[in-house]
Amino acid sequence: MHINMKIDAKYTVVLVMLVGFISCQENARPNYQYMPNMYESVGYETYQEADVDVEGNQIFEYDMEARLPVDGTIPRGDFMPFEIDNTVEGYEEAKANLKSPLDSTQVDYEVGGPLYTIYCAICHGIKGAGDGTLAKKDLIIPGSYAEKDITIGSIYHTIYYGKNSMGSYANQLNESERWQVAEYVAKLKADLDK
Amino acid sequence: MKKSYQSLEDNSTNNMKQVIYRNLTSKILYLGFILLLTFSTSLTAQEGDPVNGKALYRTNCASCHKLDSRMTGPALRNVETRLAEEEGLDREWINAWIKNSAGLIRSGDPYAVKIYAEYNQTAMTAFPQLSNQDISDILAYTAEPKPEPVVAEVPTGVQGGGGDGLSSDIMLAALALLFALLAGALVLVNRTLKRFADEKGIEVPVKEKGTPIWKAFVQNQFLVLVTVIFFLLASAYFVYGFFMQVGIDQGYEPVQPIHYSHRIHAGENGIDCKYCHSSARVSKHSGIPSLNVCMNCHKSIAQVGDETQAEGISEYGVDYNAQIQKLYKAVGWDATTQQYTGETSPVKWIRIHNLPDFAYFNHSQHVSVAGVECQTCHGPVEEMEVMYQYAPLTMGWCINCHRETNINVKDNEYYTKIHEELSKKYGVEQLTAAQMGGLECGKCHY
Repeated sequence: MHINMKIDAKYTVVLVMLVGFISCQENARPNYQYMPNMYESVGYETYQEADVDVEGNQIFEYDMEARLPVDGTIPRGDFMPFEIDNTVEGYEEAKANLKSPLDSTQVDYEVGGPLYTIYCAICHGIKGAGDGTLAKKDLIIPGSYAEKDITIGSIYHTIYYGKNSMGSYANQLNESERWQVAEYVAKLKADLDK
Repeated sequence: MKKSYQSLEDNSTNNMKQVIYRNLTSKILYLGFILLLTFSTSLTAQEGDPVNGKALYRTNCASCHKLDSRMTGPALRNVETRLAEEEGLDREWINAWIKNSAGLIRSGDPYAVKIYAEYNQTAMTAFPQLSNQDISDILAYTAEPKPEPVVAEVPTGVQGGGGDGLSSDIMLAALALLFALLAGALVLVNRTLKRFADEKGIEVPVKEKGTPIWKAFVQNQFLVLVTVIFFLLASAYFVYGFFMQVGIDQGYEPVQPIHYSHRIHAGENGIDCKYCHSSARVSKHSGIPSLNVCMNCHKSIAQVGDETQAEGISEYGVDYNAQIQKLYKAVGWDATTQQYTGETSPVKWIRIHNLPDFAYFNHSQHVSVAGVECQTCHGPVEEMEVMYQYAPLTMGWCINCHRETNINVKDNEYYTKIHEELSKKYGVEQLTAAQMGGLECGKCHY
């Protein structure tokens, strides 16, 4: 009986070690690195956790290295601020007065179409009839462009700021892409209205 | 006050009623006929066709209204009875509101003004094209009782194990029992045979002890040498294998702060990868979407379907609705008022794919220029309940793909000339990425 107990204890130790070993094998942790200094960037990498200063204080809130641009700065390139407000009046103004900066040679449905398919068609449908995948599942029902009283200006305003339950797409599409998509939406509406 | 909205009404039923009290002329008869028509339509209108109403509701109302919860506009289940009981407003008010809500607000109708203010002064689109019949169809649809939620069959006893797991457990138990029985039978047979032998006086020959096998082994030097070489080679193999996997995170599958299911989003709902990871098109990084991208849809989707919820609990042990609530908390969204509170807390996602600092990789080069599918490197993400690193992301893996992949020259003027010259030089029809310089050290290491 005494010997049996000893054997049991041995088995338990082995079992515990096995379990420990197996749980270490779980993929919840990243693997070892060999000389990680060569792996790590000196400057901050995208989404990296920010360091603390010498005294151990947080430098950035939540240790978040990602920062918003300083107020009043604009990105490089052909960026133009959008001066119409995110209000009902702004919407009406855009609807009445805002015109596309793209002339007929610059409008490229080969650019706008695929972008529309990625960002809009999931709800609005490939042809803009309001029958996207999410609409078919009754999750988000945007209605058809044919039913909507929209102009190129109001489309751009809506992409920029969102409208009702639709959110803003200003951070997923840049200015020229937004206009290309707006032109494509206007084309879809024209096709639906035929 | 009541008159103000009646005057907005297109329907001139009241005027016609006044007409009836006049003397009968042929003209009045004619008008009476019309009155009869309107009356008969309004009779059927009382009933309304919920099927047609549902179609109308979907095209006209559903982008801002839900039946059972607040969205851009108020919830609409039983709106007619609720308005009648709580506000004393009748069908005529509803008609006037739907056809021209702005006019009703301007006329100073108190409830119209109140609801306009309550919903952040978002003007409801006017629907003059809807007839009274259409409106009663829609109202009939909204008056339908709420469908009973499908009672989710959540297994209470066995957690995690689905139907398959249970049956395989039973199979295993049955097999174990069978083996135990067989072993028992063998022991019994052996014992019986021995007893027979004893009774009949047959001597069971006992083997004589020779040299023990380990002694024989030690004495045979050649065998010892071979074994030692074998063990050395085998251990070298394992040591090599261990060192080669250092720093490789293939299969890395951390637990994220919000259980986000790529299977549901990219798989079941078919949302394009680039919808959320939009910067993969245009920048070095394929960014983690900021929470406003989540809210593009989750402003409207506060709950998953009952089936999905039941599946999440039984298959993956995850309460999907609680995950959406985590999102709302992080982004500071109050679902009851449909407004942002401003109290946000960032979600600390755990980064999975990370190349060492000495290797340069650019997403837009691969996604937009080469047109490589995301799945080529990231695997069947649309089937992953929990995201993990699919590819080893080693240099050998990169180079292998560069050697095997033809470059995409179609509609790409940038490559036309160089492709023509290089393909002549190499004497091939199609250049691989490697032949275009995809193996040069400085392309990725500088």
